[in-house]
Amino acid sequence: MKPYSTWKYFLLIAALAFGLLYAAPNLYGDDPSVQISLESGDPLPAEVSGKIAAALKDAGLTPSASGIENGQWVVRFSHAEDQLKAADQLKQELGRDYVVALNLASKTPEWLKAIGAKPMNLGLDLRGGVHFLLEVDIEEVRKKAVERILTEVPALLRKEDIRYTGRRENGDSAVMEFADAEHVDQASRAIAKAFAEYQVTPLPEAPLSLSIKLTEKEAKRIVDFAVQQNLTTLRNRVNQLGVAEPLVQRQGENRIVVQLPGVQDTTRVKDLLGATATLEYRAVADQDAYAAASSGVVPAGTELFYTRADRRPVLLKREVIAGGDNLVDAASTVDENGGPAVSVTLDASGAKRMFTFTEQNVGKPMAVLFKERQVVTSYNAKGEAIREHREVEEVISIASIRGVFGKRFQTTGLASKEAYDLALLLKAGALAAPVDIVEERTVGPSLGADNIRKGFSAAVLGLGLVVLFMVFYYRVFGLFAVSALLLNLLLVVAVLSLLQATLTMPGIAGIVLHMGIAVDANVLIYERIREELRGGAKPHTAIEAGYERAFLTIADANVTVLIGTVVLFALGAGPVKGFAITLAIGILSSQFTAIVGSRALAQLAFARRQLKEVPIW
Amino acid sequence: MKFFARVPNINFMAQRKLGLTVSAVLTIAAILLVVIRGLNFGIDFTGGVLVEVKYPAPVQLEKVRADLASAEYERAVVQYFGDSSSVLIRLPPAGKESSAQVSTHILEALHASEAGITLRRIEFVGPQVGEELFSAGGLALLFAFMGIAAYIMFRFEWKFSVGAIAALIHDALMVLGMLAIFQVEFDITTLAAILALIGYSNNETIVIFDRIRENLISERRLDILDVVNLSVNQTLLRSVITHLTTLLVLSALFFLGGATVHGFSVALIVGVIVATYSSIYVSTNLAVALGISREDLLPAKDKEIDELP
Repeated sequence: MKPYSTWKYFLLIAALAFGLLYAAPNLYGDDPSVQISLESGDPLPAEVSGKIAAALKDAGLTPSASGIENGQWVVRFSHAEDQLKAADQLKQELGRDYVVALNLASKTPEWLKAIGAKPMNLGLDLRGGVHFLLEVDIEEVRKKAVERILTEVPALLRKEDIRYTGRRENGDSAVMEFADAEHVDQASRAIAKAFAEYQVTPLPEAPLSLSIKLTEKEAKRIVDFAVQQNLTTLRNRVNQLGVAEPLVQRQGENRIVVQLPGVQDTTRVKDLLGATATLEYRAVADQDAYAAASSGVVPAGTELFYTRADRRPVLLKREVIAGGDNLVDAASTVDENGGPAVSVTLDASGAKRMFTFTEQNVGKPMAVLFKERQVVTSYNAKGEAIREHREVEEVISIASIRGVFGKRFQTTGLASKEAYDLALLLKAGALAAPVDIVEERTVGPSLGADNIRKGFSAAVLGLGLVVLFMVFYYRVFGLFAVSALLLNLLLVVAVLSLLQATLTMPGIAGIVLHMGIAVDANVLIYERIREELRGGAKPHTAIEAGYERAFLTIADANVTVLIGTVVLFALGAGPVKGFAITLAIGILSSQFTAIVGSRALAQLAFARRQLKEVPIW
Repeated sequence: MKFFARVPNINFMAQRKLGLTVSAVLTIAAILLVVIRGLNFGIDFTGGVLVEVKYPAPVQLEKVRADLASAEYERAVVQYFGDSSSVLIRLPPAGKESSAQVSTHILEALHASEAGITLRRIEFVGPQVGEELFSAGGLALLFAFMGIAAYIMFRFEWKFSVGAIAALIHDALMVLGMLAIFQVEFDITTLAAILALIGYSNNETIVIFDRIRENLISERRLDILDVVNLSVNQTLLRSVITHLTTLLVLSALFFLGGATVHGFSVALIVGVIVATYSSIYVSTNLAVALGISREDLLPAKDKEIDELP
């Protein structure tokens, strides 16, 4: 036999080392732990360490470890009961600026983490949890836009003294009618000048009419805005749930995926997702808010609120200048001096009231009040659910009025993080486009654990049967094939862990199926070797010919299976994606292990020996 | 160990007309079955609500139905899932009652009469999401067919490509027919199984095609039918063994993998068995019927030499 290139042995040893290292984290298991972070996402302040230690001491708990891991404070315990107790205590003592979440923290040692080795990411069907797919009602958004055109355009025409004879809605555009061509012309120019975001076209079937709709860019922007707004709101709310690794992500044009591992109480989640938020622009009253707060006597015509950031009392006048439904857009930007600012756009009616108000109140402060209506579910002693409504009302911004403004204005004098947060909150409070839950998948923890156990036992039995059969049928060569298969499985687990691809139940099914198919490469090779031997070839020649001739067939077959998996991946619903990924990784690695791996073993065993016959049957 | 002492010498191609006829009849039968009896689509496709709960002790389905009826869910389909304390409740897509509230109400109704129920899973799929999966699934099958056809055309020749695709359609239909007969639930995992089967079945075909190409070049004295017979016989053993190992792991999955992968393993077990037959009597057979010839597959250099007078 020709000697086998040394680099292939090295490659195999490297693959083995890689597989062992990156698959290893899955063996360590995990600790029940509590994970603490700031709701704002800022780095934790230094004093938190003392607070956490004090809280744990109060609860009489000794954690097995407590410290910062990946930017979050993680307190590990050896028992799940301690974890729950600690979480309750920490929630109470740290207050609402912190997110306290239950989690399972991997026991992977530091040196493995340092090279990026992590345990596999288990899908919701294996670890339990809820998955929601929400859809933002785009039709509603478009309808709102047409309504806006139908109020803003007539207002403009009246201001410009251009007379129109009628207005109506026509699908996703608004139609204005005029008495003669001259008016049509004037109106067309006036609208184009005042509203860059509207597209004005004459209606071919009615010559004295103008069709006005949003430009394509603007239409896309308002949909994006609606989805972004919902994303922001959902993220804020999910943070309140205290879930360790929540996922809130846009999917496609108008859908949002929410995944909350470990959460079981879907009623509570649905209530929280369905909460509504709005905001109000109001004048700040002149009276002393601190006095009102301490005495409890609120002056007539005002209401007492607190600021969100530092819980300062603020007295606001009862009248609402503009509400969330008047807010068209809010974005963080820079002012003319280059400082951070938030730019706000109001609709026509909001702009009109804002104009009247600011005209008379230059120099005075104006506040934004954020209101959220939530349904809170708690459980009484009998375990019955009690649902109650809760209003959260907080002042999120106070700024003095520098000049007279209406439709568009800026809030300046903010730090850049403040500007960003304020824009997000304003968006969240703008009248949200309605959201529907279009898909829900909840998996209880017992089913998740069952799935893992069943998947694992099926995999072990499948592997055992294949090993027995191969060794029984191909003897020593069967052992080579089995070694190659084991290396292949190790590589699949390692790559899945490294990529942090999600392992799902169909994914496990994919791995099990793959074990049956992966040995096919070796079967092809070994049958070929037997054939060559039957044809009278010398042992070493037969082995070489077997490997060489089968190579292309195996590659051809693997490519077609890969085509199937790529399509499957593109089809992409969560669990099936997991199946496609495991199968694809398996096929790619088997092309290497089944051919290079099993051949290297055959070389090591037989290359330097004289063979009278090949121990393949 | 070995199954045969020598390479078998079975004249597969003697039965080729019969093979084509049988395949055609079976294919039509499968189509009729799927159309008339219909597939038992899971809620992934139809939309609707599915709730799986586990009672602390075995429970009568009647009781569960009564509890649901008291909450005005008479239309719910109730069945055991795995054992007699696990119950699966399905509701067709709700007309007016909006979104995901249904599952909450169902749980409340069940909890009212029995406290120790544990929730195993809830699935709610909006009708629109189901419809989208239908078209996405159809598209996926189409793209898989096209991708494979293109690859075989590139590696072999169009007649082989036609044969291979016919076999894939045949296999997919056989599996669908079988699922229709036994009303096995067809969910997104089952669809994944069919796509995996397409890859697997094609694997079979390619192994034979590869051998035909090799033999056409090396065994110049044999005519096409003899070459095909020889190739099928030579690859027969390998087919038997590969199917065996695949069936071994699939039965492990069927018996131990639990109900979630039930449809998946059934579809693949049927598919693997059908694929053995179709790789010989559909793909290879059709390619032969379309008239594959030695010239089609010769490397370009050889062709030139052949074309010299």
